[in-house]
Amino acid sequence: MTDTLTPVLTDNWGSERSWTLAAYEAQGGYGALKKALSMPQDDIIAAVKDSGLRGRGGAGFPTGMKWSFIPQDNPKPKYLVVNADESEPGTCKDIPLMMATPHTLVEGVIISSFAIRAHTAFIYIRGEVLHVIRRVQAAVAEAYAAGHLGKDIHGSGYDLDVVVHAGAGAYICGEETALLEGLEGRRGQPRLRPPFPAVAGLYASPTVINNVESIASVPSIIEHGADWFASMGTEKSKGYGIFSLSGHITRPGQYEAPLGITLRELIDLAGGIRAGHELKFWTPGGSSTPLLTAEHLDVPLDFEGVGAAGSMLGTRALQIFDETTCVVRAVLRWTEFYKHESCGKCTPCREGTWWLVQTLASLERGQGSEADLELLLDQCDNILGRSFCALADGAVSPVASSIKYFRDDYLAHLTHGGCPVDPAAATVFATQGATA
Amino acid sequence: MTNLTEETFGELREIAARYPQPRSGLLPMLHLVQSVEGRVTPEGIQACADILDISPAEVSGVATFYTMYKRKPVGDYHVGVCTNTLCAVMGGDLIFDRLKEHLDVGNDETTDDRPGDKASITLEHIECNAACDFAPVMMVNWEFMDNMTPESAVQVTDDLRSGAEVHSTRGPKLCTWREAERVLAGFPDGLADEGPSAGPASLVGLEIARERGWTAPSSDSSGDTFGTADTKTAAVEQADTSRAESETVQEKGQEDK
Repeated sequence: MTDTLTPVLTDNWGSERSWTLAAYEAQGGYGALKKALSMPQDDIIAAVKDSGLRGRGGAGFPTGMKWSFIPQDNPKPKYLVVNADESEPGTCKDIPLMMATPHTLVEGVIISSFAIRAHTAFIYIRGEVLHVIRRVQAAVAEAYAAGHLGKDIHGSGYDLDVVVHAGAGAYICGEETALLEGLEGRRGQPRLRPPFPAVAGLYASPTVINNVESIASVPSIIEHGADWFASMGTEKSKGYGIFSLSGHITRPGQYEAPLGITLRELIDLAGGIRAGHELKFWTPGGSSTPLLTAEHLDVPLDFEGVGAAGSMLGTRALQIFDETTCVVRAVLRWTEFYKHESCGKCTPCREGTWWLVQTLASLERGQGSEADLELLLDQCDNILGRSFCALADGAVSPVASSIKYFRDDYLAHLTHGGCPVDPAAATVFATQGATA
Repeated sequence: MTNLTEETFGELREIAARYPQPRSGLLPMLHLVQSVEGRVTPEGIQACADILDISPAEVSGVATFYTMYKRKPVGDYHVGVCTNTLCAVMGGDLIFDRLKEHLDVGNDETTDDRPGDKASITLEHIECNAACDFAPVMMVNWEFMDNMTPESAVQVTDDLRSGAEVHSTRGPKLCTWREAERVLAGFPDGLADEGPSAGPASLVGLEIARERGWTAPSSDSSGDTFGTADTKTAAVEQADTSRAESETVQEKGQEDK
């Protein structure tokens, strides 16, 4: 029986100067790289395939299969791009990973690049995390100095350069083709597919784009084996993952566990919902995944379980809200975010998110009528699935799911002539006597 | 007036040379322009255009797309208060309101210099900055200021304006916004070793595991991978197909391998 929590990626976050090469190597770091360099590259891809690792950036596509799509007979250079643009509201796992143990990521980058025969890799980090960028820059420099990067790595004949690239503020660049546009020095607007990045990605060359946590998981798979990784998790959702708890709970933070753990177990470990309050709603994987409620506490947090409950596992960004939270305020704020972050390329998204905000804002002020809920759902219907990328699909998730579970909360705004909830009661310092 | 020197031009070219195709350097190049000019200036745009051999309009198109690029001068410290839903609910809205009142500025505005002030502040509300377990979160020059209250936020801004030393809760002594922009351009400032490995919230799960003796399985553990998709069609079915990540959409007419 696997333990409830299984620290792998987080295991050395608490070590002294954990971000340094010395600390990482003292705990066996870069051992997997040495092993990988002696393996046939296709065996590395096979190991990642066999492990069952599915993309940790939200969609859950099998990582090894993604790698196997790279056409090795294509004469163009191959590229690995790490998506470190963590921006999905509620998601906060990659940033602490890169701050605490950037070498885990760097080792994963080298092994993964070797496997797909890339000689240049990019780590695209959102620009708004200065100290994380410092740590990753320093880790890459240390890796060069130690011979883990550069020419003829450890006598293998394999060359790899890694470029740390800072973004400049755009949620949309977490979308992989928009990220490529940003990395090519353009406005971050998603591309039409096909062609897919595996065939024509960065500079129209074969490109693998993986999330930070996916790539950081690779060294452990090489070190311990695919079977080891697959011994954790559930039937179709293998391995461990970082679960990020935030909001109205006693101990918010990062909990690394096999996929399939439930929110009830996690909240229990986190010391419960904050004292004197009860769970009202939560997101399983960021604001783009439909809201769930207390009736979903026992849903297994794996791709299949959350999907069956009508939502998505996403990035395991568990944002917890208790009964002091106005769901209309929460949804309006998320919707304003999507409106702000829409890149403007597709009309349903650019215009649709604007109209969602108009409708939600007047409802929040207590204006309008119950028919506006149907209007909102109609707007959602005209947005969902009608754009190049998933930003707009994510935008309708909180709207539609909140109407499904909390219709009465919307109606209360109409009968009350505005929001009936005191926002001060929801704050973390509500009980500390602090006021604005 | 421009502060761009020959040295700046040299560094801009150095950034472009990091990439297989020079234009990939544009985002960090614009960060460097901001560090030298205090904002994205017409001269900075022209410099990038000249070096990359693209038009100033193409550079402007990029500079206006990304929110970290500013067309108005930014103060010595950029204070960003997260008002995305979770932080807003946890107190971010009250913090932002209090700072607007205390600093007497609106969103995206810079404080007036008062007699005795050592530094100016630009206040902005920002979107989720990936530190939700430390909510409410404030960023100063894109350094984490975790678990803020209206009172602690006011204190930080007072200290910054008076020239007192302020440290990030998970990083070094705060540098200026221009210095921060230089690091984002890819010129390290040697401060990576400052600050802790992780904030307290990042470690709660690990600490519980340690207390209870929980670990990942030993290397000889094994599980079957029978349930994992081994064809593209099955993988597409299993993945979140309502999210348009590339491979989750089948290419028409392409047979499963």
